[in-house]
Parts: sequence; C-alpha cells; structure tokens
Amino acid sequence: MSEEVTFRVFRGVGDAHGEALGKMVDYTVEMDEGMVVLDVIHRIQAEHAPDLSCRWNCKAGKCGSCSAEVNGMPRLMCMTRMEDIMEETPEGEPITVKPMQAFPITKDLVTDISWAYEMNKKMVPVNGPEELDWEFKQEEADRIQEFRACIECMLCVNTCHVLREHQKFDEFAGPRFFVRLAGLEMHPLDTENRIPEIKEDFGLGYCNITKCCTEVCPAGINITDNAIIPLKERVVTEYYDPIAMIARKLGLKT
Amino acid sequence: MRYDISEESYTTHEHDVVIIGAGGAGLRAAIAASQEGASVALVCKSMLGKAHTVMAEGGAAAALANKDPRDSWKVHFRDTMKGGKYLNDWRMAKIHAQQAPDRIRELETWGAVFDRTPKGLTSQRNFGGHTYPRLAHIGDATGLELIRTLQEKGVHMGMDVFMEFTVRRLFTNNGEVTGCFAYDRNDGSLHLFKAKSIVLATGGITRCWAVCSGSWEYTGEGHALAYWAGAEIGDMEFVQFHPTGMIWPPSVKGILVTEGVRGEGGMLTNSEGQRFMFDYIPEMYADEFADTEKEALEWVDEVISGKLATKRRPPELLTRDVVAKAINSERDAGRSSEHGGAYLDISWRTPEDVKKKLPGMYHQFKELAAVDITTTKMEVGPTAHYVMGGVKVHPETQESTVIGLYAAGEAATGLHGANRLGGNSLSDLIVFGKIAGEHAAARAEKIDSFTEIPDEEIADVISETLAPFGREGGENPASVVEDLREMMQEKVGIIRTGTLLNEALSDLDELEKRASITSPGGSRIYNPGWHQALELGAMIDVSRMCALAALQREESRGGHTRDDFPESDHKHWGKVNSVITQGKDGSMEIEHTSYPAIDEELKALLDADDLDQEGE
Repeated sequence: MSEEVTFRVFRGVGDAHGEALGKMVDYTVEMDEGMVVLDVIHRIQAEHAPDLSCRWNCKAGKCGSCSAEVNGMPRLMCMTRMEDIMEETPEGEPITVKPMQAFPITKDLVTDISWAYEMNKKMVPVNGPEELDWEFKQEEADRIQEFRACIECMLCVNTCHVLREHQKFDEFAGPRFFVRLAGLEMHPLDTENRIPEIKEDFGLGYCNITKCCTEVCPAGINITDNAIIPLKERVVTEYYDPIAMIARKLGLKT
Repeated sequence: MRYDISEESYTTHEHDVVIIGAGGAGLRAAIAASQEGASVALVCKSMLGKAHTVMAEGGAAAALANKDPRDSWKVHFRDTMKGGKYLNDWRMAKIHAQQAPDRIRELETWGAVFDRTPKGLTSQRNFGGHTYPRLAHIGDATGLELIRTLQEKGVHMGMDVFMEFTVRRLFTNNGEVTGCFAYDRNDGSLHLFKAKSIVLATGGITRCWAVCSGSWEYTGEGHALAYWAGAEIGDMEFVQFHPTGMIWPPSVKGILVTEGVRGEGGMLTNSEGQRFMFDYIPEMYADEFADTEKEALEWVDEVISGKLATKRRPPELLTRDVVAKAINSERDAGRSSEHGGAYLDISWRTPEDVKKKLPGMYHQFKELAAVDITTTKMEVGPTAHYVMGGVKVHPETQESTVIGLYAAGEAATGLHGANRLGGNSLSDLIVFGKIAGEHAAARAEKIDSFTEIPDEEIADVISETLAPFGREGGENPASVVEDLREMMQEKVGIIRTGTLLNEALSDLDELEKRASITSPGGSRIYNPGWHQALELGAMIDVSRMCALAALQREESRGGHTRDDFPESDHKHWGKVNSVITQGKDGSMEIEHTSYPAIDEELKALLDADDLDQEGE
C-alpha cells in the first residue's frame, strides 16, 4: 500500500510577542502502512524541508514532546495514525498541521512552553515523614498514580479556554498543574495544606468544568472528574463549610 | 569558511559544575551537586523531563527484599556480574547493589509513587537475570516516574537549566577540564560555559542503528565529547539488542516492548507454536531455569498468587543477549512470526491484570498496531537498545581519565560488563548520578577561580558549528544519517563477522566524507537539518568505536556475537576490556586492559561453576 498524502503545514516564526508570522505550505509525500502523523512530518523533513521544526523524542506517547493541532484537533503526532486521519479528512483536502495555538510560537510546529516550567517551580514539593520507608496501600496509591501518568504534553493547557482564549497564564495554573496539585493534595503521606494557594494563587475558580482538557488528554487522565472537581470540593469545604470555618477560627486543622 | 569570532557573539556562563544531559543520571547528579553547595548548570538537548529516561518501562532494580526476603545486595551483585559475563567492574557492581535500595526509597520521599505490596511497601517485579522479584515499578511507566520525580525535586534546588542546548566541545587545560561550548537549538545562539567540573550524563548511542528503541537524542555526543577531550572509552563492542521491540507496522519498528511482559508471565512462541526458549538455556544458567513448560507455568502461578517462588523460572526470563539471539536463530531457521520476529503472548492473563500491570503496552499496541494484547499475541523482534560501553570512570568517584570530567549512567562504562540486566539501568542512573554529582561538587570546591579558555579554541568550535551554513548544494544530512543507520544495522548488528566489520570501518570513512559536505540550508532558528548535520560527527565516531572494538574481540560474549568466532574464549578474552583513545594524530587507537582482581570475599558470592569455566 503506497499512496500519496498532502500535508498543509504552518511554516513561520513568532514576532516579538510570539504571534505567528508565516504561511501554510503544502507538501506531498508517499505514505507507508501504519504511519503516524509524525512519520509524515519526518518524511517531509527528509525529502523537502530539512529545516522544518518540530519537537519529538520517544515516538510512543511517553514523553509528550510532539503536541500539535492536526486538522484543528490538539493531539500527539506520534500517536495519531494516518489511517484515522485519512478517514476524517474530506477526499482531496490536505491535512492541516499547526503548532499549539495557546503558546507563543518559536518556529513552524515548535512553541515556547517555558510558562509550564515556571509554573512547575511554584508547586510546593511533597512534604511527608523524615524516614526513608514510606508505607501506604495500593488503594491509596491508585488514586494518585492516575495523575502521575501525565506526560506534560500541554495539550490540556492548549485546549483550556481560560488559557487559550483568555490568556490567564498569570492567574491560572491550568489543567496540567491541577493534576499535579491533586496528586500532591491527595498523597496519603503529604502534610502540606495546599488548598489556600490552589484557590488564591492558582485560580481554580476560573475553571468552569467544560471538560475540554479531559477530552484531549493522551494519557487518559480524568482531569476534570478526578483532579479538578475534588479540588473544588476541598476548596468549598475549607472556605465555605461553617463547621470547618469555626474549627479554623479555633486553630484546629481541618 | 572560517568565522571571525569578533563577528560572532557568544554568551559566557560560569558554574562550579556543568552537567550535560538531564535524564535520570544528569538530574540526580545536579541534585547532589546542588545539595553540596555548588552552583550548577544543567544543559540538555531536549525540554526538561523529556529525556530518554522517560521511555524506560519495566522498573528500577534494587534489593529491597520487599517481595522476597531471600534477596540481598549480595544476590543482586552476583546476578549483575553473571549477566555481564564477568566483564563488569566488580567495584561498581558492588556499590550499585549496595546503594540502589536507599536511592529508590529516597525517590518516594521526593514524591514518587511506586506500586505497593499488600503491606504497603514498594512492590517489586521479576525481570530477566534477576534471581528474585527486584524491580520497583509503576505499571510499565517507571522511567516517567523517575524523571518526573527528579525533575520536581531538581527545580527547587536552585540550578540553572539550559533546555534545548547541544554541547559541541569540551575544553581542557593540562589534562583538566575547564568548560564546554554549546549552542541553543531554539535560536542558534552560541554559549561558552566555564566550569570547574563537568558531568557527562548524555545517555547512549543506539540511534546509530536503523532498528532501535532510542530517540533522536541517542547520537552518542557524550561518548564523542569525552573521546575528543582525551578520555578513555571502554567496552564499545558491547551493544544490547533488546529482544522485544515492536516489528509491525514498519513505522513503529524498534519501539520497545517492556521485559515486564515476560516478568508478568509473557510467553515467547514461534510460527509452529513452540515455546522455543526452552531450547536456548545456556549451560551457565541451566540450574536456575525451568526445563519443562509445566515447571515454568508453576513458577508463574506461584508468583502471581503472591507466594515465594519455589520452582525454577521460565526461560523467557533469561538475560537479554540470550533471548535476542534465540529470536534471531528461530528466524534463521524459518520459524519466525508473520513479519520476521517471534510471538509474545500475555493474553492468557485476565484483561484487568494486563491493563493494570502493563497499561502502556496495552495502549501502545492498540493505538500503533491496532492489536489488543489482552486477546491477541504481540509480534516482537530485537532492537538496538543500550550500549554497555562508555567513558571509563573511577568506580568510587565516576571521574574519567580527564581530570574534572565525570560520567554517569549509560554514558559511562563498567557496571554492566558485556550485557546489562533489565532494571539495572534506572538504578545505575540514581546510584552513580549521585556519586558523580557529589564528587564533581567536591572538586569544584577546592578550585578558586575559573580557567580562561583561549580565544582560538573558541573560534575553532564556532567555525565548526556554523560550517554547515557555509555549504551549498550538498546532500540533506538526513540521507547521510539514514545510510549510516542502515549500514550499522547490516554490518555491526546483532551478529557480526570480521569481513562485515572491516567493511563497516571503510564505509564509515566514506560516510564521514559525505557528512562533511552536507548542506541543510535554512536559518539558525530551530533548524533540525543543521542539528543533524552537526550530530553526524559524533555518530560516525561512536559507530567507528563500536566497529573497531568488535573487530578486535575475536570471540562471542554478551552483547557481542561474532559468527566467525561463535564461542566465548574465556582463556584469552574472559578478563579483558577494550579501551579506545584518540591518538596524537587524531586517529582512533585501541588497546585491552583488565580490572584489578576481585576481592576474595566478593568472589565467594559468585557462581563457582562459572569461575571454573573462566579458568580461575
């Protein structure tokens, strides 16, 4: 099976503000059986455009480097099979590949995601017992291991309208970091009270649980149901539960 | 074209310790050096948290003895030496076995969440060559857990991280390291790093083979940088071909299928439905492995039900060198799976168990090959996975033969001998990453000021780095890379001969000529063609090291198999390690040395039968 496919790829750089300056360019290459979108991009580099920029590492959905918008949908290029893409693309139409739109653009498919690394630094590390042997049950681990599966591809951040449309990068931690915070907050041995900063500094209230983030997560994390909503419940308990408020006034930990 | 450095500006950075590479070893070294009070620069080719470590699946080996109280560092030491066919630096094998448990436990206090035993301790799984269940893991995404934990710890240690920077050269003065030169892959800007110590934690070289489990990063820059700086590089003939990579469809060829599948009871069969591994049990392992399917199944039953194993292990859990060669032999005998490999079957376990213990494999096959592994056999075959060879280091400090230059993880050699056991890599990273970081910081503390780096040396590396832009009409670097990888696959692959290795060495000379005139075009901003044009230099030199060392070793052992010398020659080669250096005229030189004789006390831990065979 060898058929041709045309990709319409964004080529260009960012201006001083990271706004895209460039155009969509068409490339036609041959396709082999079982190819994923990233394979086609690599073939374009090898045959037509050695300087076409894209990030990738593991090519197996484990590192979260090759995030892009393929036919307008945020996905990992390495885990998106051409078979499926051909099926969804109207006959005779090219397949469009663009960089993630929520982040400033560096060049072609590469974006500047340094925001994520700055945000990561604001997460207070796990704070548990001094000794080395930490004991907790698998049932307790299960809950947070789901969050540990995050590959930091930033597709959720790219999709979240609080960030994509409203650019609240300074006030809102975004789905990836609520997953991180949920993992810390629900760690069986963590003693840190993280709820005040989750409400105040990380702006959890901006999220109105439209679940767009969950839909695009390639690691299958139930971001909204299992991370964000439980955190919202904890904020409610901490701030608006009358018994908890009295307890806090008396100096008791809730 | 030469570049006048007065026209090319670069930024100068000063750090006590520069760490090159931010996988498990680099991050662990950076944490250790920061804890010792050193100012640290962490320089890495990818974004933080995306390094090759993230792809590790099965687990990290450490004799915690949480699953089987019979385990201890002594058994781990013995297994590591045996798996390495006794070519390991026994001093490193001892340090590794002794310190790995604390390094794993420490990760949990930094936020790692490994799978638990019923008592609530870190659980451990079985793996090839390990006598007892020994691998701490989280499903089949242990590398992700390790790198994320170290990343989350590291960002709070005050280190400066330079992401998407490629180091081009190390500087030395009178045999001591003084700094390195790098460029920023994002904008093409140039950077000079002055340093009192440098740690190489650059990982491996397996991108030099067409079928490999490695990412674009695995182009061997660390090995090459050390070699160019005058360090000794050891054991380069030993390359591990992991027995189970994906083989179908073609675009996924090489992607790793974790050994954890076999640890969880996965069976290997050929086109005739036979569990062929029973026919490939080497003499040295005959006592430890089941010789009937019945016994193998009983072992699996015991392990799955949480009992201590009393039966012998299934032969699928033999070391990787043995299993890879067995799959190869079955193919040569005309009994391969549909696409030229073997079948690997875990579908006899419940779908729930498969999805819980091997979630990554379930998704990988479902999404990339449209195969449901809970109902269908996988197709697998060997893939270039790991290089046992690397920078020769002092076992207690990880310092190379260049003063102030340290190496840890896959970039270093010694721990694994002729063949690495699965799971020993992740523990290698955190044990020796820590040691390298501490010693690098200790050295830096004794040095008052940074050494000036001569302008002409800087001019030279700038000129070399920008040279591809001065060339026109040459090949796309990608086609030279592709030809190099195909050539290495064919001529320096899993089965080698003297004729093929000689051909490989002359092919590499030709490839070097082609590489020197590639023209990627484009600008300095995030230009993969330019990056690849530069990476070729390291790829060619590490490929040459591998071919040369393989040509010299006229025997078969571990990750090195010669069709023209198919047996192990214990008398001549049993205690001999290859060492490669760059000669004064720039040519590659090779000699052979031995580690000091093993302590009697440690020797007593090894298998007496094996040692007899070694002529002890």
